[in-house]
Amino acid sequence: MLEDLPILSFITFIPLAGALLLALFAWLGKAEGREQLERNAPRAALVISIAVLILSILMTLDFDSTKAGFQFMEDTPWLGGGIEYRVGVDGISVLFVLLTAFLTPFCILASMTSVKKRMLEYMIAFLVLETLMIGVFVALDLILFYLFFEAVLIPMFIIIGVWGGKNRVYASYKFFLYTLLGSVLMLAAILWIYNYSGIQLGERTTDMRVLIEELKIPGGAQTWLWLAFFASFAVKMPMWPVHTWLPDAHVEAPTAGSVILAGILLKLGGYGFLRFSIPLFPEASLNLAPIIFWMSVIAIIYTSLVAYRQNDMKKLIAYSSVAHMGFVTMGIFTFNMQGIQGGIFQMLSHGIISGALFFCVGVIYDRMHTREISFYGGLVSKMPVYAALFLLFTMANVGLPGTSGFVGEILTMVGAYQVSPWIAFGAAIGMILSAVYALHLYRAVIFGEVVNDKLDDILDVTRTELFILGTLAFFTILLGVYPSLITDVTAASVEKLIADFNAAQIAAGVQ
Amino acid sequence: MLQTLSTFLPELFLALSASLLLGFGLSKTQDRSVLVRYISVGVLVVFAFMGYILDRPDGTSFSGLLFNNDFSDFLKAIIGLAAAAALLLSKNYFQKENLDRYEFSVLTLYAVLGMSIMVSANNLLAMYIGIEMQSLALYIMAAFNRDSLRASESGLKYFVLGALSSGLLLYGASLIYGFTGSLDFETIRASIALTGPTTGIIAGMVFLLCGLAFKISAAPFHMWTPDVYEGSPTPVTGFFAAAPKLAAMAIITRLLIVPFGDIIGQWQQVIVVLAVLSMVVGSLGAIMQTNIKRLMAYSSIANMGYALVPLAAGTIAGVQGMLVFMAIYIITVIGVFAIILQMRLRNGMVEKVSDLSGLSKSNPGMAFGLTMLMVSLIGIPPWLGFFGKLFAFVPAVEAGLLWLVVVALVASVISAFYYLRIIKTMWFDEPNREFIRGPRTTRLIAILSIVLVIPVLIMPGISTAALGLAESAAQALFAQ
Repeated sequence: MLEDLPILSFITFIPLAGALLLALFAWLGKAEGREQLERNAPRAALVISIAVLILSILMTLDFDSTKAGFQFMEDTPWLGGGIEYRVGVDGISVLFVLLTAFLTPFCILASMTSVKKRMLEYMIAFLVLETLMIGVFVALDLILFYLFFEAVLIPMFIIIGVWGGKNRVYASYKFFLYTLLGSVLMLAAILWIYNYSGIQLGERTTDMRVLIEELKIPGGAQTWLWLAFFASFAVKMPMWPVHTWLPDAHVEAPTAGSVILAGILLKLGGYGFLRFSIPLFPEASLNLAPIIFWMSVIAIIYTSLVAYRQNDMKKLIAYSSVAHMGFVTMGIFTFNMQGIQGGIFQMLSHGIISGALFFCVGVIYDRMHTREISFYGGLVSKMPVYAALFLLFTMANVGLPGTSGFVGEILTMVGAYQVSPWIAFGAAIGMILSAVYALHLYRAVIFGEVVNDKLDDILDVTRTELFILGTLAFFTILLGVYPSLITDVTAASVEKLIADFNAAQIAAGVQ
Repeated sequence: MLQTLSTFLPELFLALSASLLLGFGLSKTQDRSVLVRYISVGVLVVFAFMGYILDRPDGTSFSGLLFNNDFSDFLKAIIGLAAAAALLLSKNYFQKENLDRYEFSVLTLYAVLGMSIMVSANNLLAMYIGIEMQSLALYIMAAFNRDSLRASESGLKYFVLGALSSGLLLYGASLIYGFTGSLDFETIRASIALTGPTTGIIAGMVFLLCGLAFKISAAPFHMWTPDVYEGSPTPVTGFFAAAPKLAAMAIITRLLIVPFGDIIGQWQQVIVVLAVLSMVVGSLGAIMQTNIKRLMAYSSIANMGYALVPLAAGTIAGVQGMLVFMAIYIITVIGVFAIILQMRLRNGMVEKVSDLSGLSKSNPGMAFGLTMLMVSLIGIPPWLGFFGKLFAFVPAVEAGLLWLVVVALVASVISAFYYLRIIKTMWFDEPNREFIRGPRTTRLIAILSIVLVIPVLIMPGISTAALGLAESAAQALFAQ
């Protein structure tokens, strides 16, 4: 049924249409109605994002996970010269679309109370952001992908810069310029591929399906192109040593901004590796994989140690995100089933867990307006429900069995072990360190006596907060005990990815 | 004779209208500036579409001095529209500053006539006449506010440096004449095909390019740009930023493709050097600027650098890419100046970047529009500026100039910094003043430009039609 509708375009552009509608109301509306509009904007945004969520769920249910190819394809002429509007999902991308659609309503819900100024603009920025993020995951045309990938910067720049904390201007600049520099190198590589496809295939195209199946890029060029794509994805990921924009951006961003940043934007890099780097440049990927492994292991250990020393809760979680993304890159570049499946699983589960952790920080930040770890202590006696939920997410972040964090980490490590036991060993040390900083955070904030008088009147979670955190907790546990929910969907596509990859290696060996 | 007339009709129309309007302005004792302005705008719009409406066959006039084809028609259309927009923008400004004189409109028409001759020039002499005609009008326009020290200084500066560039141009032309025996583009080409690029020809060509680089303000011939941009009355700056740049770019293109088309190896490096220097100077120079007009001057230097990138490829796609890029740049820059012209407090214009602070609160619509334009100038997709760069850079990659494209992209990241500063000032800072509401025409032009910059043009049908026009223009040049 859904095959006949341009369902992916609907999912992608409904938020944008909603944002335009809100903007139109604001533009045409009278000044007196402004206040009312501000009040109702979040509700409208919530309705829109829930509609998108429902469509995404329908689409996912209709998705045939036994097939490896792209489904729900749409192909419309656009710029000409082989550049067309092509969207579609396969097993790898479909769940990211769902994750985006899933997290956005929660972000909007959480912002209703915590955002104090310019509600309307905030909602518009968020809806635009949702369109762009979903667009990244469904785009099957290099130029279209670049379009969404890059455009994300603008709403994020505004969100950090307008609604952020004290140092927001610095953070927003750093975020923008870091990621822009990474992406323009990728653009240069895209232009090269576009041109080369004309030379090799006779007709220039940016169709990902054609490029993956037919284009054979010579080994030397692959390395350069791979590095150019890497520059972009590594910054977005972010990998050590280009991760330094992330803690700044997180600390300054509003809660919902942090959730989106950690939950989805960080996945764009990992998704990019899977969708572009490995299928397009298989030889270079194999040759350069050792570098990725060591960068990942350094990231895991180094950022875990850095995380331990942080006084700011958000910064601590931000560094832990870098460490967890280290597991993802490590898993992806093992090129085996467990590793890649683990990488994808880790990304999805981290999207939920880190999102939940940022919500947790947001809960007490809204009440006390500080994220200093030393400010808090003994919250368990004041906020028992909160303490329980926070414990669950902390443990999931550490990778406790039974939570989704465990599945991702164990799969990537099993995958890495097959390549090199040393890599797996390094990553395992990182797991221990993650327990160190996460438990340190939990102990300092939740346990002990209430020393700070200001905490005397702190209230436990509200119903909205309970709903948000409870739902996320449910999925954390569900995916922890029943991981096939994800792995079954991705399996066929990952198998094809690996098969293509191995075939390319053999072909390269023959030459 | 009739055929000559038909190919020369748009220029004739323009020249006659300008002269009649001059007489009309003189003959009346009362002030006719408003009427003259509206008539001039009408003349310019008619002139812009004349080439496409008449649909004449390609042809030469005045024994080959001018050659009219799709290429010149395309450029005349954009130049005419850009000049009309700039003229409309000037109305309110000059009225408020008590400078409104009908001569300004007439000068604009004469400048456009010069540009029109430039873009269809098929002979070094015709080219020179066109450039001088345009420049003389522009010098006066720059100093139009003659009681202002800054404006007079900028006019004088523009004149002196312009004279220097004319000297270079003439010297180059005389060298070419000496070594090929002709001023006619096609004869020069034939002559070069016989003798090959001799030292004299190369020296002449480089002098010509240097002289023209002044006109597009490509580094290292950019020194006049920031001062003239800052000193001239703002609507004049807006006019300078759009049409004359395109006309000069067009004559460079014609020169490179027609007479020197066979010696691309000789001129490619010159263009590459100009492009790289312009991009670097433009993007680094703007970082420290606090005056928004000066900032836009450096931004234009950088953008001319980007426009030279596809030109260096020397292919049909390259010329097409340049035309698309320039058209998009002009749309954007007119929008930016339409907004700068609305930066007016009760006691006069302001032009510091910091004057924009908190604009998103005090005037959300204007802030939103300027944000869109800035984002487009950075080149973030899906805004129009990105597609300009895309179509400009693809031909360069095709021609094996990938490294040049990488330089251009890195330069665009650097320039992102100062465009972002404007966005930051508007959105993140607190408002400290409120602008008075801008006049309707100015706002209308700004809105039009913003609507175009927001991805309306990338809808399938429109984009292919627009690209088709640019492509047939580029093909016409190569068919010549």
